[in-house]
Amino acid sequence: MALDKNGIAKRIAQEVQDGYYVNLGIGIPTLVANFVRDDINVEFQSENGILGMGPFPFEGEEDADLINAGKQTITALPGASFFDSAMSFGMIRGKHVDLTILGAMEVAENGDIANWKIPGKMVKGMGGAMDLVASAENIIVAMMHTNRAGESKLLKRCSLPLTGVGCVTKIVTELAVIEVTDKGFKLLERAPGVSVEEIKKATEGTLIVEGEIPEMKL
Amino acid sequence: MIKKTVNNVQEAFSGVHDGMTFMLGGFGLSGIPENAISELVRLNLKDLTCISNNAGVDDFGLGLLLHKKQIKKMVSSYVGENAEFERQMLSGELDVELTPQGTLAAKCQAAQQGYPAIYTPAGYGTEVANGKETREFNGKMYVLEEAYKADFAFVKAWKGDEAGNLIFKGTARNFNPLMCGAATVTVVEVEELVKPGELDPNQIHIPGIFVQRIFEGKNYEKRIEQRTVRKK
Repeated sequence: MALDKNGIAKRIAQEVQDGYYVNLGIGIPTLVANFVRDDINVEFQSENGILGMGPFPFEGEEDADLINAGKQTITALPGASFFDSAMSFGMIRGKHVDLTILGAMEVAENGDIANWKIPGKMVKGMGGAMDLVASAENIIVAMMHTNRAGESKLLKRCSLPLTGVGCVTKIVTELAVIEVTDKGFKLLERAPGVSVEEIKKATEGTLIVEGEIPEMKL
Repeated sequence: MIKKTVNNVQEAFSGVHDGMTFMLGGFGLSGIPENAISELVRLNLKDLTCISNNAGVDDFGLGLLLHKKQIKKMVSSYVGENAEFERQMLSGELDVELTPQGTLAAKCQAAQQGYPAIYTPAGYGTEVANGKETREFNGKMYVLEEAYKADFAFVKAWKGDEAGNLIFKGTARNFNPLMCGAATVTVVEVEELVKPGELDPNQIHIPGIFVQRIFEGKNYEKRIEQRTVRKK
């Protein structure tokens, strides 16, 4: 059965390792924090200027001066730090952040990503996404395999304006875990009960299937 | 000590007029210069160019200026919380320069620190890099981005002293420190203005040399955009 959004977040959480500084994008990526093993030490960075981001505050303790990049009220954990936006993107551009998890509208088999603009329709801006994808070395995309019209979001070439070129390393969808390689999308894992055929059908770009493809362990 | 205090926002606005380019601090509604924005609305200044990471929401922050069509051009990284903004942009009434957030920060900081331009990898291979010089360093491509030029920077800090030294709070810091000294005149509003010597020099985020005018702001609403909480 295909995963729900929490399932995708749960699978991505397995990629988070002890000692990682992690930047989470808005949407499914935000949910990843809920599923990270509690026996490892991880710090979450929010690009508006905090390392050591904690959970939402208790009712009545919200602070307008303490928000995440999604403008949600948050808390700061012991050991947290605040900094300005230049330093924040300095830690991103300088490759000090170990893992970036973000959403996408399209990913191409060469690792290009589009997630900021639909010309003439949706123009909200790129926020920090272009900086993140241009600099991070470990970028995982969390998204649904197809759009609302049922069209694949894993393409030979992106059709929407790009956010970054050749940067995505891994994609986790409701159907599969896929690695972006020089030769195209390489299928690593299937969602429980989902067949390789179903994944192939939902993938427009080149899908490399080698040997038995294991099911995700959630 | 060189004193930077002015009595109120009206005094701080001396020399501000139509057609100018402003920098405004804040991320979302956090750390926005509320007093300066109210004054811009009250003066009904027109044809403004505003450099600010976001454009407020429909009825608060820079959204108030958009609503009165005071802004000619907006330079931002993300404007998704503002329906009126999107309408004016898609209809062509408003000129918009969307800029990657880290690049926006770097262009402010470059102006503050006297760099004419910086190279960044952000936006390479995208429409953001169209018409800009690119260059390879150590096998990776970078885009040349020029420092901003602005007439006034409107900054919000938590505490400041009469010498213009500033301390910011939490994530309300964001772009505010980077805009200090990045425009011809930097106007700072603080929640608490104190005497020199009351702030520990070890804790100062921005030294007063980057500030021309400082005043204690009034009636802060500090609106929360997304109130997210958990149960006790």
